[in-house]
Parts: sequence; structure tokens; C-alpha cells
Amino acid sequence: MATNSESLQSAIKSRSEIDRTLDRSFVWMTRVFALAIAGTLLWIALQVTVDSWPAIQKFGAGFLASTAWNPVKDDYGVLPQVYGTLVSSFIGLLLAIPIGVGTAVLLSEDFLPGKVRIVLVFLVELLAAIPSVVYGVWGIFVLVPILTNLGRWLNSTLGWLPIFSTPPTGPGMLPAGVILAIMTLPIITAISRDALISVPPSLRQASLGLGATRWETILQVLIPSAFSGIVSAVMLALGRAMGETMAVTMLIGNSNKISASLLAPANTISSLLANQFSEASGLQVAALMYAALVLFVLTLIVNILAEYIVLRVKRI
Amino acid sequence: MTAHFPERSLTRDSMSGRTLFNTFMTGVAFVCGGLALLPLLAVLSYVLIQGFSSLNLSIFVELPPAPLRQGGGFGNAILGTLLMVGIGALISVPVGVTAAIYLTEFSSGKIARWVRFATNILSGVPSIIAGVFAYGIVVLTLVKLNLGSYSALGGGFALAILMLPIIVRTTDESLQLVSQDLRQASVGLGATKFQTVTQVVLPSAIPAIVTGATLAIARAAGETAPLLFTALFSPFWPDSLFKPTASLAVLVYNFAISPFKNWQSLAWAASLILVLMVLITSIIARWATRQKA
Repeated sequence: MATNSESLQSAIKSRSEIDRTLDRSFVWMTRVFALAIAGTLLWIALQVTVDSWPAIQKFGAGFLASTAWNPVKDDYGVLPQVYGTLVSSFIGLLLAIPIGVGTAVLLSEDFLPGKVRIVLVFLVELLAAIPSVVYGVWGIFVLVPILTNLGRWLNSTLGWLPIFSTPPTGPGMLPAGVILAIMTLPIITAISRDALISVPPSLRQASLGLGATRWETILQVLIPSAFSGIVSAVMLALGRAMGETMAVTMLIGNSNKISASLLAPANTISSLLANQFSEASGLQVAALMYAALVLFVLTLIVNILAEYIVLRVKRI
Repeated sequence: MTAHFPERSLTRDSMSGRTLFNTFMTGVAFVCGGLALLPLLAVLSYVLIQGFSSLNLSIFVELPPAPLRQGGGFGNAILGTLLMVGIGALISVPVGVTAAIYLTEFSSGKIARWVRFATNILSGVPSIIAGVFAYGIVVLTLVKLNLGSYSALGGGFALAILMLPIIVRTTDESLQLVSQDLRQASVGLGATKFQTVTQVVLPSAIPAIVTGATLAIARAAGETAPLLFTALFSPFWPDSLFKPTASLAVLVYNFAISPFKNWQSLAWAASLILVLMVLITSIIARWATRQKA
């Protein structure tokens, strides 16, 4: 037996040097490219920081607290834009979370026949794929007129509330928030649905077996056990809403002032960049890069939190 | 032996609070579903109606008209979009596929986890940041080298950054679906890692990879924000990679916010083309993956 395997061993040709080098360099190449992905992320952070350095030196952290945006005097601050970014995203999520989670429940339970559900899931995915600029165009011509009428009514009846205290001007915080709700809804629905579907069936069977109604099961068993998945869906949607540019730029009115009223025009960091970058020069470019850095860090924090929750859920 | 259950004790009263709440919540869920689909139907129907009414053949071959002049088209924007998406795909597909090969085939745990994490974070980076980045990398460099400034090159680079995570993720997923038996059979026959990957694993995953790349391309073609200040816009035919270049998405933006009726109708037509592209690729992708399963 021993001699047999020895003779076999010698019969197998050992790999040529070329083959081995090719193999090793192929593995190395794929490794370099894989690390390049992570590198890209760092490169973006580094490049944006370097390009914004003159503005960072000049304005420091006060950039975040200043409301000035004056290219003539080279005096810049992004407080109104940060405010607009956060508030418009908040309005968007406030509208999108209940509807999105409700739709996710509808599409994860057997309320509808399987075929209808597949089509609806596809349609919701499609909602996510429509280019943002198309939502913007639709918003300008369809959504804004509707919301202006609604805003006029809100202003005349509830005008004593600070959030409805100005007459609507057409574009403003409210249309931007509504379009963000429409655009983040598919993310919330898709990820919440995944989370709901992956709840172990035994939990639901146990609950139904104890005599709970379908909705008692959904609200007290399914949603609590899918909760972390739903939270990560909301975080990802928040990240998307804060970075969304075109639709918001077309609907928010681009006014660098802070107003408590939702009917007044406002601005976001991404809209500021979209509007001013191509015509900026000198320190204004650095200030815009600084604003981009602020947005980058904001979305980075939100996305990392979301990913962290997703990873933790997966490991359980 | 007869059980002494009171009559109907195991059926819930159809008028009890719990049952009514159950029915009510089912209604709420349907309303949510309706509210979620309403904007989709509204956007699709508006774009289809407005777009088709301003669609004709000259749109594909002519240059944008002056304001208030009838006719014209946006052939240059279609060509520019193809050009920049092509540059984006040329950069991101090889890099993305190779990186994904490392993730599924060669990596051991930790690095792969970090790279997958970075990929997900990268896909969450706002598209306008990709534009700012491409401005810093390509546009400013071209200015320094005196080769130009706003250009198709910068636009393509920005789109590549946005396509990269999509391609890595879809390739990663499709490679993981390749049966382990195939790899073992190939290695057992004495194939090297390189041969196994390029001649056994990749070919069997290629339909899914192509689907992923197509979806990434469709998504990139609709991106506007990263092109605003990397490719800018141009009313002329693209004749150089180093000059400002028109794209469908930026054309929609510029023309929709203009006060001129004829430009607005061109914006609708361009929106229609973008939406149809996304719609058709999604349906084909869906159909292709269904066929395999």
C-alpha cells in the first residue's frame, strides 16, 4: 500500500512555478481591490477634509452655529441648513414610519393572496428605484399645488400655531418633508418586512394558540421581536433622507433662514451644495466642502448605527 | 365523557372589543398599503401621460432648442448619459467584481466582515457627497493639469463611486449562491484557485452578476446630484471626455425648473425615458432571477 501511494504521488505533476505565481497574484489582486472599497470610504473622508481645510481653519466649530451665508463678505455658517436637513428628514420619517410599517405588516401577513403580494412588493421596490429628479419634477407640478392649497387652509384655521404661522409660498419645508416620506417609505417597508418575515413561526403559532387575535399577535409578539430590524430600517431611511438632494432642492425653496413655520421655504445641506457648488470660487468652495463634510459625518453616524443594529440582529 | 364547555365558548364574539380592534387594524393596514402605492401610481401615471404626449422621434436625434422654440430634442443628453454611465461601469464593474470574488472565495472572516461593512456604509453615502468627492479628485486635478474642468470624466468617476457598492453586493450574493460542490469538484480535479474562479465559479454566477450590473447602471443613469458640478451640462454634442457634458438627469432638473413651456415638456419626455429604463430593467431583472430559481 505504501509503495502504491508513493508511486501515485510521483505520478501527479506538481504545479509549475508560473501557475503558482499566477494563483498567488490573483488572490492578492482580489484582496487589494476588496480593501480598495474600504479605502474609498477613507479616501472620501480625507479628500473632503483636505478640500475644506481653509474653511475649517477660518470658521472652526462656529461654522455649525452661525446663520451667515454671505459669499460677498466670505462669511459662512450652516446652522439653517443643518436645521433644514434635520427637520425635513424628521417630517419625512414621521409620515413614512407608520405608513411604511403598516404596509410591511400588510405585505408580510397573509391578508392578500400570494400573487397579489408579490406584485405589491415589486411595486414598492420600484418606488425606490425611480430617480429622485423625477420625484422632484412630479413634486413641482403636482404635489406643490396640492400642498399649497392645504397649507393655505392650515394657515387660516391653525395659524396661531407657530408651525403654520406663515402663508404658504409654494415650495417649503412641508412639500420637502412629504416628498422625503414618499422616497424613504420603500426602504422602511422593505427592511421591516424582511424583519417581520424572519420572526420564527413558532412564536406566532404559540401566540395564536393561546387565543390571541391576529392583531394582538402582530402588535405584541411579531413587532416587538422584529423591533431592532424595524429600527435599523428607520435609521437607514433617515440616512437616505438626510442625503437626498434633487427632489428636496426642487421643493424646499432654498432660503437660508430658519423659520418655525413648516409652510415657509428652508434649505438643506445637500440643496445648498446642489445650488451653489458649480458657481462657487475661492473660500466659498472650501465652505461648501466643509458643509459637505458635516453632511458626510451626519449620514456616516446614522448609517454606521443602522449597520451595527443590522449586524447585531443577524448574529442572534 | 362529554366535555362540559358552555356553548360557543371557543368562538370569539364577533362584536367583542378584541374582534372589532382586529378588524379595525386590518383596515388600517390596507389604508397604509393604499397610501404607500398612491404616490407610485400618481408619479407613474403623470410621467407616462405627460411624457408620451411630448415624445417624438426628433427628441432622440436633435439638440435642445432655444427657449420658446418648438421642436428639438435631447440626443446629446442621451449620448452623454450613455458615455458617463459607460465610464462608471468601466471603473466599477471590474473593481467591484474582483472585490466580491475576494469576499466569497478567498477571505477568512474578519477582513470580509469589515469590507462588507464598508460596502454597506459606502452605499449609504449621499450621492451629492460622491459629487463633491469627484469634484475634488477629478475636476480640480484637471484644472491643475490644464486639461479642462467640468467633464464627462468627472461625472463618470462620481457615478462609479455610486455603482461600486451595488455591484459588490450583488456579485457577492450571487457568488455565495454558487454550489460548494462545483468548487470542490474543480479543486479536486487539480485546478488552481485562479482556474476555479474564472472557469467554474464566475461562469455559473454570470447571469446574476450581469443582472446586478444592469440594475446599477439603471440606477446610475438617473443620478443627478453627483453630475451637477462634475459634468455640469452642455447644449452641444459631447465631443471630448474633458468638456462639460449633458445628461438626461441634469436636463430634467434644468428644464423642469425653467419657466419655458417647451423646455418643461422636454423635461417630462426625459423623465419618461428615465422611468421606463428603470421600470424595464427592474422587470427584466425580476424575470431573469425568477427563471433561475
